[in-house]
Amino acid sequence: MADAALRVSGLSRRFGGVVAVNDVSLEIAGNAVHAVIGPNGAGKTTLANLLSGDLAPSAGKITFEGAEISHLAADTRSRMGIGRSYQKTNVFREFTALENCRLAAQSRRPHPCNWFRSALSYREVTAAAEQALATVGLAARAAVVAGNLSHGEQRQLEIAMCLATSPRVLILDEPLAGMGAEESAAMVALLKTIAADHAVLLVEHDMDAVFALAHVLTVMVNGIVLDSGAPEKVRANPNVQNAYLGAPEDHG
Amino acid sequence: MQPIPKITGLFLFLGLATLALFPFAGSTFYIQLLTKIMIMAIFAMSLDLIVGYTGLVSLGHSAFFGFAGYVLALSAPRFDTVSLWWTLPACLAATGILAVAIGALVLRTSGIYFIMVTLAFAQMLYYLFHDTKLGGGSDGIYLNARPSLAIGAFNPVDLGNKVHFYYVVLALMVAVYFLLRRVLASPFGRVLAGIKANESRVRALGFQVFNYKLGAFVLAGVLGGLAGYLSACQFGFVNPEILSWHYSGVVLMMLILGGMGRLYGAVIGAFAFVLVQEFFSYQDIFGEYAKRWQLAMGSFIVLVVLLLPQGLADLLERVGGKPAREPRDG
Repeated sequence: MADAALRVSGLSRRFGGVVAVNDVSLEIAGNAVHAVIGPNGAGKTTLANLLSGDLAPSAGKITFEGAEISHLAADTRSRMGIGRSYQKTNVFREFTALENCRLAAQSRRPHPCNWFRSALSYREVTAAAEQALATVGLAARAAVVAGNLSHGEQRQLEIAMCLATSPRVLILDEPLAGMGAEESAAMVALLKTIAADHAVLLVEHDMDAVFALAHVLTVMVNGIVLDSGAPEKVRANPNVQNAYLGAPEDHG
Repeated sequence: MQPIPKITGLFLFLGLATLALFPFAGSTFYIQLLTKIMIMAIFAMSLDLIVGYTGLVSLGHSAFFGFAGYVLALSAPRFDTVSLWWTLPACLAATGILAVAIGALVLRTSGIYFIMVTLAFAQMLYYLFHDTKLGGGSDGIYLNARPSLAIGAFNPVDLGNKVHFYYVVLALMVAVYFLLRRVLASPFGRVLAGIKANESRVRALGFQVFNYKLGAFVLAGVLGGLAGYLSACQFGFVNPEILSWHYSGVVLMMLILGGMGRLYGAVIGAFAFVLVQEFFSYQDIFGEYAKRWQLAMGSFIVLVVLLLPQGLADLLERVGGKPAREPRDG
């Protein structure tokens, strides 16, 4: 595994009296999947929000490729190379699938803000958007309005938008949420391809997917890290089994 | 930018042709009335850029309209003509600077707070001109001569001539329409559409949302200033009423009446609003009730909002056989 792309140390976030993320430290290495699991309310989505800049930390430090980013805004982090997908599908429902990705790709071009040239005349932007759609398998659905795509397709589009911003680190918040078995299998295959040349933080409930993908596994409960390390090692930890995984044979 | 349905395009073209030919048949009264409406149409289109396309509901847009008028009135010598070639750019630049200053502050808020803060800034400007000697107080200032388009001895267009002025305003209305369409189809315009649909997602994609909003706010302010400049030219005076929140409310109602987020909806709204108002205050038809035209006008607006929530422009699209816009679920 390469050096850590994203390093988190002592990260905390309080909401009033509740400590949603409590003194969390972890590393996300390049070209690998770091999965975060935990029961509802464990602080996984808050952690994702802290990493993407949607929330500011109460304490602790986040560094990206050596630079501290703890207090940078979400758009700055995105431009630095941290991409984010959302647990609740968060696409532009009235735009076509292609336009969703085109807008994402536009943010990475030298003149994202020209006022007088047609947006569609930037071939390299459109090409990047088409590329992203093709990667997730939505090339044939490019002209469909996002709100009319199936749930699974919207999840794929979410990933495609993220890819269209050419990130080096992806923070994926439950990409398999609400997917059927077949869709899930396709998504796992897609995530495998993506992980080959990206660092991925994967927040996920689907244990089969997690064990199929994760190189490193972190278990969170009530905002704290219960255990972190190689998936087999973590799975064997009796505390983890009690807190979350249940009896080992369930996920044999 | 969505393409315009064919039937709608045909209606718009017929409307434009009618406007182009109107001065050959119409009386001076109606030429002036239509000129006033077209100026309001420019004003309403400028507001549509931020309300309809960026999702920023401003209740202080009259600040820019009125300010540009005052800049013109204050820069014109008392009894001499002044050249349009420097006053127009100067007025637009001054309005742009005002829009940057106001925008940099108000765009830090959103939703209901944005409405309130834009209103507050417009009211500040209103009282600045109403309560100080700066712009003649509540009486305003007269503009005794229209700005001149003369270049040396060459003077093809006289803004004091009602018909000439009519065509200048018509040309500018069409120009503003196409300028805004162009901007909305640009990468910049696409980001504005994204901000309206889902601001936090646009930020997560790496766009500096604030700068885009400020760009839209300033462009809207400058074009609102263009309308204010033309209005001051037409009426030959400015007074604080053109800065008041009533004026911001009227232009917002025009936009709601015509249909937001379409540009031509703003134009239709301006025409409908003023013409319906004229109609209800027509004594030959309504007799005594003509004085109470606000009552009828209010009922008309309520009816349109209830029956055509997407505005009168939606009527055109329905006539064209195009189903109403897809309902948004979830």
